[in-house]
Formats: sequence, C-alpha cells, structure tokens
Amino acid sequence: MRIRLEKRLNPSRIMLVATPIASVLLTMALGTIIFELIGFDGPHAIYETFITPIVASYKWQDVLTKAAPLIMIALGLSLGNQAKIWNIGAEGQYIVGALAGAGVAFFLPNGQMFWIIPLMIAAGVLGGMAWAAIPAWLKTRFNVSEVLSSLMLVYVALQVLNYLVGGPWKDPNGHNFPQTPPFTPAQSLPNVVPGTVIPPGFVVAVVLTLVFWLLTSRSVYGFSVRTVGAAPDAARYGGFDASRTVWSTLLISGGAAGLAGILEAMSQLGQINLGFPSGYGFTAIIVSFLGRLHPIGVFLAGLILAVTYVGGQVAQTVVHVPNATAGIFQATMLFFILASDILVRYRVRVLREAPRPKAAAAEASA
Amino acid sequence: MSLAFVIDALVTVVGVTTPILLAATGELVAEKSGVINLGVEGMMLIGAVTAFAVAFDFGPDLGDFAPWVAVLSAALAGAVSSMLFAVLALSLGSNQVATGLALTIFGIGLSSLIGAGYVGMTVPSFDSIFPDRLAADPVGRVLFGYSPLVYFALVMVFAVGWFLNRTRAGLVLRAVGENDNSAHSIGYPVITIRYAAIAFGGALAGIAGSYFSMVITPMWAEQMTAGRGWIALALVVFSGWRAGRLLAGAYFFGVLMTLELYAKASGFSFLPSQFWAAMPYIMAVVVLAVISARGVTGSEAPACLGRPFLPSS
Repeated sequence: MRIRLEKRLNPSRIMLVATPIASVLLTMALGTIIFELIGFDGPHAIYETFITPIVASYKWQDVLTKAAPLIMIALGLSLGNQAKIWNIGAEGQYIVGALAGAGVAFFLPNGQMFWIIPLMIAAGVLGGMAWAAIPAWLKTRFNVSEVLSSLMLVYVALQVLNYLVGGPWKDPNGHNFPQTPPFTPAQSLPNVVPGTVIPPGFVVAVVLTLVFWLLTSRSVYGFSVRTVGAAPDAARYGGFDASRTVWSTLLISGGAAGLAGILEAMSQLGQINLGFPSGYGFTAIIVSFLGRLHPIGVFLAGLILAVTYVGGQVAQTVVHVPNATAGIFQATMLFFILASDILVRYRVRVLREAPRPKAAAAEASA
Repeated sequence: MSLAFVIDALVTVVGVTTPILLAATGELVAEKSGVINLGVEGMMLIGAVTAFAVAFDFGPDLGDFAPWVAVLSAALAGAVSSMLFAVLALSLGSNQVATGLALTIFGIGLSSLIGAGYVGMTVPSFDSIFPDRLAADPVGRVLFGYSPLVYFALVMVFAVGWFLNRTRAGLVLRAVGENDNSAHSIGYPVITIRYAAIAFGGALAGIAGSYFSMVITPMWAEQMTAGRGWIALALVVFSGWRAGRLLAGAYFFGVLMTLELYAKASGFSFLPSQFWAAMPYIMAVVVLAVISARGVTGSEAPACLGRPFLPSS
C-alpha cells in the first residue's frame, strides 16, 4: 500500500476550514500530553488555557483587549501574504505608530480640543505606514527582500523607543523610570466602551474586518493582490503592477499595525514605557496563517490566540505552569497549520495496486 | 590610542563576530541547497539553553570535558530542532518563510521554558585552551586568547568554502539549490540532501547559541541572543552566498557591534547609546540595499531558494 499526493485543481474548501480547527484541537491534545510529561495536571492546564477565558465572563474584557491588536495587525499582514509579500516587521510598525501618535500628543498645546484624539490616531497610522514604507522602497527600488529589511527595522524601532522614553520624552515626574508622561484625558480613550466589556480597539477591529472582507472579496484591488501572489506572470500580462502591490500591501499592513499601536497606547496603557513592545506584531503572523489569510478567519484566529494569551496567565496562576508555555502553544498551532497546508493543495491517495517502478522511485525520495 | 586599547578592541571584535559567523556559515549551506530557514534565532536560543543546562547539571561530573560536551549537546539540539522545520518545509512542502518563523517563535518559547530554572546561575566560562604564557603578551593575546569556538568558527567557514567549491558533494548540493528538478531527474536525492543541509545549519546555529551562554556571558537569560540570528541571515545575503565574503562581512558586523559595546561602556560617543545599538541593524539594511542593487554576477541567490519541491506531484 502506498500513499500518493495528487495536486488539486482548486484548493479544498473543506480542508481550508477544517485544518485550522484541527490544528487548535491537536495543539490542545499535544499540550495535555506534554504537560503531563513535565509533571503538571495536563487536562487541568489545558482547560485553564483554552476554555476558562471563554466560559469565565470576567476574562472576556482581557480576551477582547488582546484580540484587538492581533486582529488589526493580522488583517493587514494577510493582505500582503496573499500577494506573497512577507511583512514580518509589524512589531516595528506597531511601535513607531504608537510613538508617532504620542509625539503628536506631546508636541501640541495641552488643551481640551476634540480633534487631538483623531489627530493622534492619524499620526499612528501614518507612523506605521512610514516605517513600512522603508521595506517597500527598498524592495521596489533595490530589490531587497522585505522579509529581512522589515525585521531589521523592528530592532531599530525598539532602540528608537528606548531612546525616546529614556531621554527626550521621559516623564519628569516619573521617579526616573523610563516612561513617557501619562496621556491627559483629552489625549486618551477609555479602556472599554462605557457600560460594556468591549475595548475601543476591538470595535475598530470589527470594522476593519468588514472593510478588509469587502476589499479582498469584492474589489478589483483584492483580486489584483491575489493574482500577483498566485500567478505573477499572469498578473503582469493582465496589467497589474507588481511594485504597486508591494507598496500598497506594505503601506496598508504598516498602517494597520500603527493603528493597533496607538490605540493600545491611548486606551490600554495611557503612556508608553519599555514594556510597550509586547510581541503582537509577531503573534499576528500566526493569526494570519491560522485564519487562512481570510478576514473572517483572521478575526476568529485573533480571538483564539488572545484566549491562549489570557489562558496562559490563568494556567500560570492556577496550575503553576511556566509563562513560556503560551508561546510554545502559539508556535505549535502554527506548525500544525503549516503542516496541514498540504491537505488543502493536494489530495492524499492510498494506492493498493503495485505502482509503476518510476512512481515508486519518485516516492522513495519524497 | 594606546596599544592595549587596540588589542582590547580587536579581541572584542573577534568575540562578538564568532556567533554570527557560525550561524551564518550553517545557514549558507542550507541556502545553497535551496532552503531558507528563518529559524536561526530560535535554534540559537535552543542551543544556548541546552549548552548551559548541560554545563550546569553535569559540569561537576564531567570536569574538563564539561564545556565540550555542552557545546556538542547544543549542536545536537540545534540539529534536532531544525528537523521540525525540515519535515514541514521539505516533506510537507509548507511555506518556508512562515515555517522558519514558527521555529523561531517555538525556540524562544521552548528555551525560556527550559531555562526558567537556570536564571541567575553561572557556569565556568569556556575560555582559552592555550597555556596562559602564550597569551601573555599583546600579540599572543590576539592570536591565542580565545575560546576554542572562535577557532572552530574560522575553520568551519573555510571548510564550508572548500566543500562547496572544491568537492563533488558540494557541487551536488549547489546543483540541488540551483535546479532541483534537473538534479532530481539525474538521480540525486534532492530532499535527502536538503535534510542534511538543514541539519548542518541547525547544528552550527546551536553552537553559535552556546557561544552566548558559555563564552560571552556564562549564564542563561531569556532571548539572550538578542536578534543576532537575524543578523546572520542578513550576512548570508550580504555575502552573495560565498564563504569568503561571509567571513569579511561577519567581521564588518563584528566591528559595528563592538562600537556599540564601547559606546555603552566608556560613553566616548556624542550620540546616544541606542544609536549604536541600532547601528548593526541599520547597516544590515543599508548593506542589503547596496548588495541587492548592484546585482554582482556570481552573487545571485540560489535559483530554487525558498521553493518547495514535491517530486511526487
């Protein structure tokens, strides 16, 4: 009996939906086993990690707070990934967006003007775009891989943040801690929409999900992005400009990351400190793949990853598992989803008759 | 500028260059076979924590062999973790960029899980193996004052250059990276060769990581490789996929990183220390732009770099 892979003409829709769900379930199963092996109550730890944040209503605000930036960033990344543009520096764009927005707040006269908040948000978006424009320019002008350039700029952004919060923007009343002064009420947004558990960032994430859904499935632009990714030659023949795709996808994903950054700073932290870079930009890459690059999928995947963040902390306090396990779960989920990709693109055939010698040789080396 | 200062600086440059040189040499072999593994940073961290754990737990029993066993374990851990990437990217044809990133995220998580119990501990540093009197005078110090890993890194980059360009096996490996279909059709085991290349890259990344936890600071700290794995990846592009330029490039970045250390330590800089900390990354971007724009003949990326190969389809 032999197993053969046959390329599907079209990706399997069932597998597209089934494999992310299977990946999450397999991660939970594997996690149970590993927790048992390293001496923890496995089922209990997994329950606290994956289920408690969903069933315990007092955790919902935490989950939505974590989901908001993940969804916003991952929506942008998914657009680029469809065109095979790999922006892995969203963390840097997230940081620079927050810094740009904060800069506006600190340099404008301190008043009660209603337009300060929109201006800060706009600056956040532009800051993220500007940081993403560097890899876009390098890619279109010098043919530099955006994978490496966008990632290098994360480290540069981290140093810019360290410099600003430890120097020029340091809070004079902050007991010498490296942090900016707190935003005034006129410069900040509430934690949650009053009377609910929904953070303002999550509202934006919902709206952006719909916008990206319209953009990818109902617009010529979305079609052009997919075509550039799937068939660059056909795209060129059809008149879709590859370098315009590079620019637009990087600017959009950078802007989304910058927006996530400034909203996080304005509504959750109320200032910027050394703890601001929290790895959302990297985790969003997992969200993007787990969501199969589809806006609705990304929205759901963002919620799931947020659950693992919150649940990881619960499991840490209740079952005393180390805090690093959340990261391992997230990576494991990504491994599973990438491994199952083959089921989307190929059909697995079990052959019972004796295969031809040539096919056997090909499989032996596979 | 005194002689002692120059000697100090030289020794520091060699020290900070070694891990990126090791990791980049391993990645060069993997990329020459047509695979881009972005998991270098993760494999380095796994290597770093493995070496430290072995040296700490078994050091007293192993005596003089302890650091050697620790470094060997790091190589093994790096190679084993690279197989996670290899199975997905080679046998299952997954996207290499995403799979490599997954390996890095996994490595960060796994290393801090393993290392949680070792924070704050120290082990003896894996220092010079030469007798002290050889390294007593300044010239002797520049030549003989290092950890064995420094010499190992230099030997490896020459060995890899020789292997790739002067041996038949190296030619086959390059053929696999340049045209996987042709190599497959004349009977070379494309996937097996790529597995081996990735394992080699993983082993060297593991050793590179052990340099952080055994030599630079003989202790464990979360994410102690601080993004050097990414510098190693940029270095491979910078080198134009050639071992000689890889060595030169590694020392160029080594000088930049030394500037950061000196700026922090002595405050001789009129620019903020964060500027110097960002410098290697800024220069990596600038250098990538210069290299990619010139398009020097003979320095192109392997033609099949990053392309999945599934022969049975």
